[in-house]
Amino acid sequence: MSELLQFLFSGVTVGAVYALVALGFTIIYNASDVVNFAQGEFVMLGGMITFAAHAAGLPLPLAAISAIVLTAALGVGMNKLAIEPARGAPVVSLIIITIGASIFIQGAAQIIFGKQIHSYPAFSGDTPIGVAGATILPQSLWVIGGAVAVFIALWLFFTRTLLGRAVLATSNNRLAAQLVGINTNFVMTLSFALSAGIGALAGVLATPITLTAYNVGIAFALKGFAGAMLGGMGNPKGALVGGFAIGLIEALTAGYLSSTYKDAAAFVVILAVLFFMPQGLFGRKSTDRV
Amino acid sequence: MRLSAKSATLIVLLALVALSPLLFPSNFYYRVGALIFVNAIAVTGIVILTGYAGQVSLGHAGFAGIGAYACALAPVHWGIHPGLALFLGAGISGVLAYLVGRPILRLHGYYLGVATLGFGILVAMILTNERALTRGPDGIDVPDLGLRGLLGDLGLSLSNGQFWYFFTGLCMIVGAWIALNLHDSPTGRALRALHGSEVAARTVGIDVAQLKLRAFVISAVYASVSGSLLALQNRFVTPDVAGFMHSIEMVTMAVLGGVGSVLGAIFGAAILTLLPQVLTVFAEYEHMVLGLVMILVMIFLREGLLPSILKKLRGKDE
Repeated sequence: MSELLQFLFSGVTVGAVYALVALGFTIIYNASDVVNFAQGEFVMLGGMITFAAHAAGLPLPLAAISAIVLTAALGVGMNKLAIEPARGAPVVSLIIITIGASIFIQGAAQIIFGKQIHSYPAFSGDTPIGVAGATILPQSLWVIGGAVAVFIALWLFFTRTLLGRAVLATSNNRLAAQLVGINTNFVMTLSFALSAGIGALAGVLATPITLTAYNVGIAFALKGFAGAMLGGMGNPKGALVGGFAIGLIEALTAGYLSSTYKDAAAFVVILAVLFFMPQGLFGRKSTDRV
Repeated sequence: MRLSAKSATLIVLLALVALSPLLFPSNFYYRVGALIFVNAIAVTGIVILTGYAGQVSLGHAGFAGIGAYACALAPVHWGIHPGLALFLGAGISGVLAYLVGRPILRLHGYYLGVATLGFGILVAMILTNERALTRGPDGIDVPDLGLRGLLGDLGLSLSNGQFWYFFTGLCMIVGAWIALNLHDSPTGRALRALHGSEVAARTVGIDVAQLKLRAFVISAVYASVSGSLLALQNRFVTPDVAGFMHSIEMVTMAVLGGVGSVLGAIFGAAILTLLPQVLTVFAEYEHMVLGLVMILVMIFLREGLLPSILKKLRGKDE
C-alpha cells in the first residue's frame, strides 16, 4: 500500500509539471491554432535563468521571478517574430517553425549557460515528509501547489475578468471577436506571454528535483504535447487531466512494470485512447466545412 | 519540344549524380553526396505522404530504424544476405505501416502527428532498450553488402566512397522515378484530390481511408530503404536513426525544399545535409543558425526553397 502511495506521489509531481506544459500548449493553440513545440524550452529557460540569476547572487525568489518575466518576454518576442508573420501557413510549416524556434533557443542556451547540468537548492529544504509509510519531498509540494495555484488563477482569469473572456472569445471565433472590438493581436501576445510564463514557472518549481540542462526542453514538450492531445487539444480541463494522467501512467509503469519503458507507456495509452476517441478524452467533435 | 516535368526531373537528377564528382576536390565529398542521396530517398517518401496526400507524420524515422536494424540483425541471426535484409526490412516496415496506419490514419492534423510520434518513439525505445538483441544505445556493426567486391571482381574497381555515392545515387533516381510515376497515375491524382479536400474526394467516390493507407505504406518503405542504405554504408548503426530528431529532419528537409515536388524535396535534403558540414565552421552557433534557417524559410518562402526560387525566375520572364 505504501509502495503504491509512493508511486502516486512521484506520478502526481511529474504530472503537475506535464499538466502545466500541456496548459501552455492549450493557451497558445486556442489563441492561434498553433501547437508550439518550443513550449518545453520555456520550462528549460525557467530553470536555467533562475540558476544563473541565483548563481550571480540574486536571492532565490527574485531569481525565480526574473526567470518567469524574462521567459514571458521571450514568448512574446517569438510570437511577434516567428508566428505572426507566418499566419495562415499550413500545419506542417507551423510545426517546423516552432521546432526551428526550439532548436534556436536550445542552441542559444547552450552558448549562454553551457552544457553542464544545473540545479539550485530546494525552496524548503530536502527533508522528506512521511505520509502513511511513503515519503514526499517538500519541493514536490511546491510543484503540486504551484500547479494548483496556476489552475485556479487561470480559471478565475478566464471566467471572471473581461480580458480573460476576450481571450476565450478570440479562441472561439477570431473574426467575430474582432467585430465586437476585441484587439485579437493583443490577445495573441497575451497568450504567448501567459503560456511562456507558465512554462517557466514549471521549470522554476521542478528544477531542484529534476535538474536542468540546455537539452531537457524537448522531453517536456513531447510529454506536454501528449498530455494535451490525450485530453483533447484546446480544452484546458483536458490538458490538466491529460498531463496528470501521463505523469501517473509513467510513475506506475516505472514502479510496477519496467523503468526502461516508462516513456513508452504514455504513448501506448495515447494510441489506445485515440483509437477509440479520435478527438481525445474531452475534445469537441469537429465537423468539416465543405 | 517541351519536356514533361517528369523527364525533366529525372534528367536533372541524373546529370547531378553523374557530373558532380567532376567538381569533387577529395574523396570526402563522395561520402557527403551519398549521405544526401540516402536522405533524399526518405524525403521522397515524405513527398508522397505529405506532399501528395497531405498527411503529417512525426514518426517516420521509426521505419528507417526498422530498415537499418534489419540489415544489422537479419544477417547475423538468420544468415540472410545483407542485400536481402534490405528487402526484408522494407517488407516488415510495409506490413507494420499497414497495421499501424489503419487505426491512426483516421486522425487529422495534430492528432495524426502525435500518434505517429508515439509510434516512432516506441520503435526507438525498443531499439535502445532490447540490449540482448540490438546491443542498446551504443549501436551495432552491420555486415558488408559485398556488392563493391563483386564489381571489383568484374573489373570495375571503385573506392568505398565512390561505390556508395553512385549506388545510393542510382537508388535515389529509381525512387524518384517511381514517385513521379505515382504522381501521374490514377492513385496519384486521387491522393492529390484527397489533399485538396477529403470530403470532396469522398464525394466523387474515392476510397479515402484506403488511399491514405497506401500512401503511408509506400512512404514507410521509402524510409525503411533509406535506413537500410545508411546502415550498410556506415557499416554501423545506433538507435538514433529511429529517433524523434531524425523524423523531424525528414519532414523539415521535405518541407524546406518544397514538399509538393520530388525535385524540391531532394533539393531540401541536399541543403539540410550540407548545412551542418558548412556550419561546423561556426561550431557552437550551428544549432542557432539551423533553427533560424528553418524559421526564415517557412516565413518567407512558404512553398519551399525550390518552388519559390523557380517562381521568382519565371516571374521575371513573363
